[in-house]
Parts: sequence; C-alpha cells; structure tokens
Amino acid sequence: MCRGGRRLPGLIPVSGVVRSVAELVAAARGGERRAVARLLTLVERGGALADEVAERSWSALGGTPDESADGRRAHVIGVTGPPGAGKSTLVAGWMIRLVERGCRPAVLAVDPSSPLTGGAILGDRVRMADATAAGVFIRSIATRGHAGGLALAVPGMVRVLELGGFDPVVVETVGVGQVEVDVASAADTVLVVVTPGMGDAVQANKAGLLEVADLFAVNKSDRPDAADVRRDLELMLDLSGLTGHHREGVNDRPSITSTVATTGVGLGELADATETHLVKLSAAGILGARREERWRSEVRSHLDRLLLDSSHHLVNGLIRGSLMTGDAASYGTSPAAVARGLALLLAEQMTEHLDGVVEDDR
Amino acid sequence: MSKSPEEVGGFKNHPPIRVVLAKLGLDGHDRGLKVVARMLRDGGMEVVYLGLRQTTETIIDAVEQEDADVVGISMLNAGHLTLGPRMVGALADAGLDVPVVIGGIVPDEDLPALVDAGVAGVLGPGASADEVVACVVAAADSRG
Repeated sequence: MCRGGRRLPGLIPVSGVVRSVAELVAAARGGERRAVARLLTLVERGGALADEVAERSWSALGGTPDESADGRRAHVIGVTGPPGAGKSTLVAGWMIRLVERGCRPAVLAVDPSSPLTGGAILGDRVRMADATAAGVFIRSIATRGHAGGLALAVPGMVRVLELGGFDPVVVETVGVGQVEVDVASAADTVLVVVTPGMGDAVQANKAGLLEVADLFAVNKSDRPDAADVRRDLELMLDLSGLTGHHREGVNDRPSITSTVATTGVGLGELADATETHLVKLSAAGILGARREERWRSEVRSHLDRLLLDSSHHLVNGLIRGSLMTGDAASYGTSPAAVARGLALLLAEQMTEHLDGVVEDDR
Repeated sequence: MSKSPEEVGGFKNHPPIRVVLAKLGLDGHDRGLKVVARMLRDGGMEVVYLGLRQTTETIIDAVEQEDADVVGISMLNAGHLTLGPRMVGALADAGLDVPVVIGGIVPDEDLPALVDAGVAGVLGPGASADEVVACVVAAADSRG
C-alpha cells in the first residue's frame, strides 16, 4: 500500500503559449474564456501587470464609468446575505434561467481567506455545477485579507468580465453579518437574500445590510415561518417609507421575491425583478450616477489599501517603540490619546514610506 | 528583465497556489477529499472545491475558469488507472498545462503506469499534512 506522499518524475511538458496583456485583452474581447480567466488572475494578483490590465480594459471599455461606445457595460448585480442563506444555489438557478433567455452571465463568487495562513476553501462551485454545464462563467475569489465582504480586486475583475462580453455580472459576497455592505458601492443592483429564522422585526429594522438592498429574496420560502420574514421586511420597508429613508436617488420600494432555490420556485420572478430594476435605474437617470459612485469607491479602496500597507509596519514599530519598552507612563494615558499622539508621528513617517512604495510599483 | 504575464507563477512571496479538488467518477466517499482540502487551506492555498461526481469535462471547465495551478482528484474506487490518465490526457487535449495529483488507494504496482501517463504525484492513506502540501507545491512548481 501507498504510505505518505510520493513525488513521481515524468511531469507534463510545458506547452503554454505566452501572451502579453495586450494580446490577452484582445482575445478576451473576442470572447475567449481562457484569456478572460488569465486576466482575472493578473488583476487578482495586483502590482504592475494588474495596473496594465486595468488601464487596457478601462480604455477598451470606452474610458467612462457609464456606457461605452460599443455598449459593453454589463449590469452588475451584487448578491449578499448571511452564510447558509442559499446565495450560491439561488444564483446558480437564476443564472441558468438567464442563459435560457439568451444572456451570457458570469459570476464572481467570494469566500473568505484564512487570516492565519491566507488559505481558503472556495466552495461555491459545489452548488453551481448545473450553471457551469449551462455555460455560465464562474470564478471563485478569496478575500485575501480584505474586509467588507468582497476582495479588493473585485471591481477590476468585473471590468475584465465586461470586456469578455458577459452580461450580467453577478458578484456574490462572502456570507455576511450586519455591516459588510461594500457590495452596495460595487454594483448597480443589490440583492439581499434572507431566510426564515433570522430574527424578529427589530432585527429587520437595525441599521446595516438590509438598508442597502434594492431587491430582496426570501429564500427557503417553503419553510413554515417564511411568511413572518416577509411580513417583517414589508413592515421595515413601510417604516423606511414613513421616514423617507432610502438609498440616494432611489424612491422605489425594494421588491420582495419569495424563492426556493433548490426547486427553482421564484427564480423566473427574480430574474424579472432584477431586469426591471435596471430599466428603472436607467429611466430615472440614476444608473450613470451609481456607476460614477462605483468608480469613486474603487479609487477609495485602492487608496485605503496603499495607506494601510504603508502604515502597517510603521504602526507596529511605533507601538513596539512607545508601549512595549516598559514605558509605564503610557499606561496612565487613555488609549485614544496615545493613539492620537502616535498618529501624528505616523503621518510624518508615512509620507517618506509611501514615496518608496510608489517608486517600487514603477 | 521582467517576466511576461503568463510566466508569472513563481510561488515564493507570491499569491496562493490555486488547486481544483474533485472526486472523479462514481465514488461517494469524499471524507478524504475534505481532509485534503483542509490541509491545503491550512497550507496557505486557495482550494476550489468541486466535490462529488465530477467528470473530466466539469473539471476542465473549472480549471479553465479558475485559472488553477494544480488539479487534485480523489479516487477510492480503483478507477485510477483508467481515470487518472484520462484526466491528464483531457487536460493536455484542452491545451491546459496543469499537473494532476491523485489521492486515494493506489497499489504500488500501479505507480509506473501513472508516471508514464504523466501524473504528477500520488498521495495515499497516512500522508501527513506536510507531505500533502509539499506534493502539491512541487506539482505547481513543475509548471515552470
């Protein structure tokens, strides 16, 4: 019997054709899936090549946040909700219906990376086997240290899929709790998936996730208490109407679709609801504004990352230097005050450090 | 001289190795695959988990779309001499330069045939987490 790992000689010969970013972008525009996949990898890895992909795909798409000359901007739909709500199963069944309607959908499915090892188990394809067979392009993404329910590279990866002619592009977030609402600034339409058993009407009225929804799906609606969830959501939306609380520029009450993802109940309606939402956004002149906001949000998240990266080891150094050397006096001051003092030091050091980072990137 | 995009695959100080893991063929025993998935995750890799009852076609779709570095297939049904070479051949036919590692019950006398077929590694019962990770890293590095 075999015991342990065996490494055998006789490896597969290298046969890959090496292509430049420009060639890959051209092939992706022609709809070549493998070129799309490789561009997604480059964007995900970051650095100079990712910048080149970003620049080339941005200009190939017309260089504006909204409509491009050749109409290659996809409807970007964010799908979010708690872990185990059935997001992947729902997306799979829904995408199959879109293929039947003649669409060419793609899915970016995000799962969390381990904060300890950086590893991840990306399990969304398990629920999406039928969608793959139907021709839906699916890419699994690990968060790679990014908080907020998405990965830093997601907006850039969406653009690569748009370039490849996929429409709509669905971004499925990690299973989220209450405050991971990044998806709201990364999509045209946000679908929040909820299920029976998530709490009472007070939960539904807490701030956070439910506020960013353009649409709701009550999944697992064959469960007995599904009607209660629907009622709580309706009540929550009534109160939003009462206080005039809604996302900027949208006066529409989010629609609620009852679904059973495992049997396909409600998926056609869901497809209708998302299409209707896009039409309404467009007719109300809000779509362009949302896409401009997406662009600004992407700039912000890249800036955040640059600042975080450059501040991280400086912060560690400062904390070690001032707090860990047994300086008992520090402990007599409040943590917030110590932090403010350190922030001033940090600002000075970061300017120098950031110059270095930007140089390295060239 | 900087490497071209498709040559970037060195894994030291680089992004995680991406591995597609699947049960190939009719074989419902996925406990081992789940253990291996966890070993690779804890070894810092990104595991695209496909699970049970996959075919060479579904695996190739996943490898292509996920731009995977390595394919791991688990077989406890004595199908390795048929399905192992078929997987390697199907990837080659699709023009995908992605090494295959087999996990499962593989008798020693079957190893030469798998080597000949181009299988990059074989992991059997009792393989430690370190051995599993090392085998997949070696397979990924073999792409050059």
